[in-house]
Amino acid sequence: MTMTRTPGGQLAVVAPPRRPRWRGLTDRESLNGLLFVSPFIVGFVLFQALPMVASLLLSLTDFDPREPDEITFIGFDNYARLLSDPNVSHSLFVTVRFAAMAVPLTLGLALGVALLVNSQRLAGRNIFRTLFYMPMQIPIVASTLVWIGVLHATTGWLNISLSAVGVDGPNWLQSQTWVGPALALMGLWGIGNMMLIFIAGLQGVPSELYDAAKVDGAGTVASFRHVTLPMISPVLFYNLIIALIASFQYFTQAFVVSNGRGDPGGATLFYNLYLYRQGFPFFNMGYASAMAWVLVVIVLALTIVLFRTSGRWVFEGGQR
Amino acid sequence: MSSVAQASSRPISTTGPLRRQIRRFTAVSGLTMLALVVVSMFLMPLAYMVTTSFKDQSQLTAVGAPLYPAAPAKFKYQGEMLDVYDVPTPDGEVHAWALVQGHREDAFFVDPANVEAGEITWIGRWRTLQQHWSFELRTDNFVNAWNAIEFPRLFFNTFAIAGLSTIGAVLSAICVAYGFSRFRFPGRNGLFLLMLATIILPFQVTLIPQYAIFLQLGWVGTWLPLIVPHFFSNAYNVFLLRQYFLTIPRELDEAAMIDGAGPFRILRSVIVPQARAAIVAVSLFHFFWAWNEFFLPLVYLQSVPDLQPLAVGLAHFNSLYSQEPTLIQAAAIMAMALPVLVFFLAQRAFMRGVVFSGVEK
Repeated sequence: MTMTRTPGGQLAVVAPPRRPRWRGLTDRESLNGLLFVSPFIVGFVLFQALPMVASLLLSLTDFDPREPDEITFIGFDNYARLLSDPNVSHSLFVTVRFAAMAVPLTLGLALGVALLVNSQRLAGRNIFRTLFYMPMQIPIVASTLVWIGVLHATTGWLNISLSAVGVDGPNWLQSQTWVGPALALMGLWGIGNMMLIFIAGLQGVPSELYDAAKVDGAGTVASFRHVTLPMISPVLFYNLIIALIASFQYFTQAFVVSNGRGDPGGATLFYNLYLYRQGFPFFNMGYASAMAWVLVVIVLALTIVLFRTSGRWVFEGGQR
Repeated sequence: MSSVAQASSRPISTTGPLRRQIRRFTAVSGLTMLALVVVSMFLMPLAYMVTTSFKDQSQLTAVGAPLYPAAPAKFKYQGEMLDVYDVPTPDGEVHAWALVQGHREDAFFVDPANVEAGEITWIGRWRTLQQHWSFELRTDNFVNAWNAIEFPRLFFNTFAIAGLSTIGAVLSAICVAYGFSRFRFPGRNGLFLLMLATIILPFQVTLIPQYAIFLQLGWVGTWLPLIVPHFFSNAYNVFLLRQYFLTIPRELDEAAMIDGAGPFRILRSVIVPQARAAIVAVSLFHFFWAWNEFFLPLVYLQSVPDLQPLAVGLAHFNSLYSQEPTLIQAAAIMAMALPVLVFFLAQRAFMRGVVFSGVEK
């Protein structure tokens, strides 16, 4: 899911490391290696490590970049304020509710489409694959504008289609109830990468397993349930993690739909949007830093919990 | 991609009895029909976008207007422009006739296809008739959007920011990937893991101190914060390139070494030519990632509209013209044309890159 096109990670395709063979050059080899890697080291220190420490420190202050000299240390006040700020809990609720809708929906569609375009019985598989991937390549702001039009209460094609089958569609983007589902629907255009990773997973299932299941009398559903799903559970797990992290980074679509205000009635005030509003229009940067650290803790906790529980349902035998 | 698909496909018997072939044909056409239905629903918003961008604003809200771009038909008759209506006749047909004169309970029409037949008297209330729409493409939305949003400037800014940051990102990623894949040095694996860990670190946590530093340097309101950090490599690009470099046989390096080439020579004349496909993929990924990037340009270029890239300009445009979907959709088409075109031309490189590294960006 790439409601935001944010971080990925590695898939289990790391080639086995080779033993370097340049012997007797150890010292110069080390220096050369460090020289080539130095852009990363310098960049890491300048743009990651130091800013991380700084933001931890800033989160304990009332820093305003317009008056950097008037900074005062306020201890854990920002964190205390976070706990009592109704907008923080509200924005977390908005984010989690969205993730609960969008993540299963996107994963489901991506897997369904992957099964479809991976089928031996489909003509023009590459064309379909390209078409299902293509919306990923549309700039997110542009695709959001297209969806805003499609979701328009009276002139949008979604409600026109719904009324053709006798359903009175809601005013999607102006309704506090429906704006969440509308954004989840928009997120479906980001299934491309997930779909490709699912396809790679599906193609990695040895066909002997399907033959064996057939011999045991398994039908299509049973062989999907007992062969395909366990065999692709590692890619499912990978896609799930990426999707969850992405949903906590959700920003652009919410910003464009509400012009950055979180309308209607705060229903699109995602955690990230609230953080942005605190940090930039309002310059409450100490507070925004504290919010960022809370986000780090949430994302880390989520990742750890998922990895801990993954042993129960992710099948690690077989090829991987 | 396709080679993988072919390799895994089971051979299909074509010599089987006719019946089996028919069954297979039915299965193939059934599934393909299903896929066509799904993909048309999936891409329906694009059809909305294209048709809307060619419509006149008034068509959107007009009752009885078709979904395709059209205008109410007119017919010039005896020096007057007449409105054309869909007129039902007792024989069950519907004619597109031009209204010459309407009364309460009857009306005079003329058939534009057969003017010589003269005026036709029609019994009924003409006010209940629907206007006849004829297909018509309006291109002025594109012209208006182009001028309103100053597209040339936005394109130039986007190209410059994305291009410069791609140069930095690709050059630095090549160096770092080469360092990680070809040299032994203390702490190499630890550094590599550290680099991968930066992928899951939410960027918000470094955002505010970075902003404060760039503000001190006087870089806020310039392109520098969007370009300079990319010259220090990033994890996705390095990971993808390193994976690829590892597949290049080390014997090639060694042969060059025996010829007296140093590490830079080897990188330039052995590794880079061998890894051209991966470098192209990384460049494309990075360029279009930078093309799409919204958050950081929003933060750093908020107060300088003249320097903003397309994504930020488009969002601003949307807030100004949200009442005119025809203009908005025309602008969206112009903003997506290049990335989509390049994607179709280079789709193999894109999709292989995703699977090769499992990286999404």
